[in-house]
Amino acid sequence: MSLTRQDVEKIAHLARLSITEQEMPVYVTSLSSIVDFVDELSRARIGDVEPMAHPLDGQHQRLRADVVSETDHHEKYQANAPAVQAGLYVVPRVIE
Amino acid sequence: MLHTLSIGELGRSLSSGEISSVELTRLFLARIERLNPALNALITLTAEQALLAAAAADRRRAAGEKGPLLGIPLIHKDIFCTDGVRTSCGSRMLDNFVAPYDATVVARLKAAGTVMLGKANMDEFAMGSSNETSFYGPVKNPWDTSKVPGGSSGGSAAAAAARLAAFTTGTDTGGSIRQPAALTGVTGVKPTYGRVSRYGMIAFASSLDQAGVFARSAADAAIVLQAMAGFDPRDSTSIDTPVPDYPAALQEPLKGLKIGLLREFFDGLEARNASLIHDALKIYRGLGAETVEVSLPHLPLSVPTYYVVAPAECSSNLSRFDGVRFGYRCENPTDLLDLYKRSRGEGFGAEVKRRIMTGTYVLSAGYFDAYYLKAQKVRRLITDDFRAAFEQVDLLIGPTTPTPAFAIGAKIDDPVTMYLNDIYTIGANLAGLPGVSLPCGFVEELPMGLQLIGPHFSEAKLLNAAHLFQQATDWHSRSPRGYE
Repeated sequence: MSLTRQDVEKIAHLARLSITEQEMPVYVTSLSSIVDFVDELSRARIGDVEPMAHPLDGQHQRLRADVVSETDHHEKYQANAPAVQAGLYVVPRVIE
Repeated sequence: MLHTLSIGELGRSLSSGEISSVELTRLFLARIERLNPALNALITLTAEQALLAAAAADRRRAAGEKGPLLGIPLIHKDIFCTDGVRTSCGSRMLDNFVAPYDATVVARLKAAGTVMLGKANMDEFAMGSSNETSFYGPVKNPWDTSKVPGGSSGGSAAAAAARLAAFTTGTDTGGSIRQPAALTGVTGVKPTYGRVSRYGMIAFASSLDQAGVFARSAADAAIVLQAMAGFDPRDSTSIDTPVPDYPAALQEPLKGLKIGLLREFFDGLEARNASLIHDALKIYRGLGAETVEVSLPHLPLSVPTYYVVAPAECSSNLSRFDGVRFGYRCENPTDLLDLYKRSRGEGFGAEVKRRIMTGTYVLSAGYFDAYYLKAQKVRRLITDDFRAAFEQVDLLIGPTTPTPAFAIGAKIDDPVTMYLNDIYTIGANLAGLPGVSLPCGFVEELPMGLQLIGPHFSEAKLLNAAHLFQQATDWHSRSPRGYE
């Protein structure tokens, strides 16, 4: 089940990844071979089995009390930001 | 020679005053300066901070503090956030990222008094089996620098084998501790899922990732795991179950231990590799263990299952890298979509993009049931197979890798060939089981590893079995030429 170039363009768009014209054929080939490889799963005969999301059974999301436990570190955390203004992250204009 | 001593022996030298932690740290820093250029095992060296930490450890010791890791030098895989120190995850995406906090693993080892020498090179975002996908260039195997050290924790493994630190940390999602441990002749431990906190450990596949250790012996690994393991409320998948005393359990006699040989591991295994495992089994029988053949019928599906589940989870985890809040941002983005696409397209390497796209595909509308849901069902079948096997045996044994280290460049162009390197290790990740790889011999003068897998939370028994093997053999004390 090979992927077409259009398939890969659509997937790249969903994943918000730019792929150059040069790179595109390489990705089409390698993604096709990966999908062929995992297609073995679709041929496997499985009975009625519960899907397993967590490797240890019986786990559930732990909850904690709804009380404040952190203090303000935004300056420290925003030190890594490409562009910050007045505590806000700056990005290209979103709304025309 | 100090760099060849075990953690226990180093501790005794430090306690007796024979050497200070500052002197020991200088010794390892000198080894790194001399030996690392040929290996490229480190991304960031933290020499100044290391000497400060060593001086602090010496002061703590002078004040009467004791502790097996006090003043002991280590290197952390560059996937663990280290406060104030670059944490790159082997990627251009985080080349400029200075972590604003310590991962729990880092904090616990720091509290125990360890000295961080630097951050180890790794496959980008932990995706790889050869340490060839790193933005910082490939790591070389100290046993033969034309060969890979394995991956994704290739830098940590090479550094441990070359004795650039007393031990190193790593992570294992599909074999990324055990496989490089086998290819570099060191002991690598992947704990049970949930045993060690993932807080501050950059996420690849959240239901598979686990932090662990590379050391030159199971005895050393036991000391380190003792400090790393335990419940952490900041990791919602951390399991709240007591940590046994791993060093105390090392010497328990093996008499009556039932070891299972996995039939599926031996099908198609090369004769030279198989014979090393059979030699190891003779040693285990000599120690009083019984060996039994067991079968995990769904195990052959484990590699395709993993290569659906792990990419799916990675596509979700890596969506946080968007050029907005941290990490790489492309130049002159024209609009928000361009910002996202080019920051990610330029910031990520090819294997990472392949896995993100594979994950996006298997989660997308129309394919979710056929791939992801199916993979999760097969995952349960594989896990149930292991559970059934552990009703008959205490531990499972097999090879860690199909072959010794391969040449740099040999497999990097074909992703599927690379993926098949994980064939023996992936099952344990899918089932959340602990596994250890220990050196068991050589093929073509390159190290090979044997793998032990146990039920959930059986790290004490695994380390015990590994330790007794290492008392009966000396594979683990060999050093690569030039790194003795």
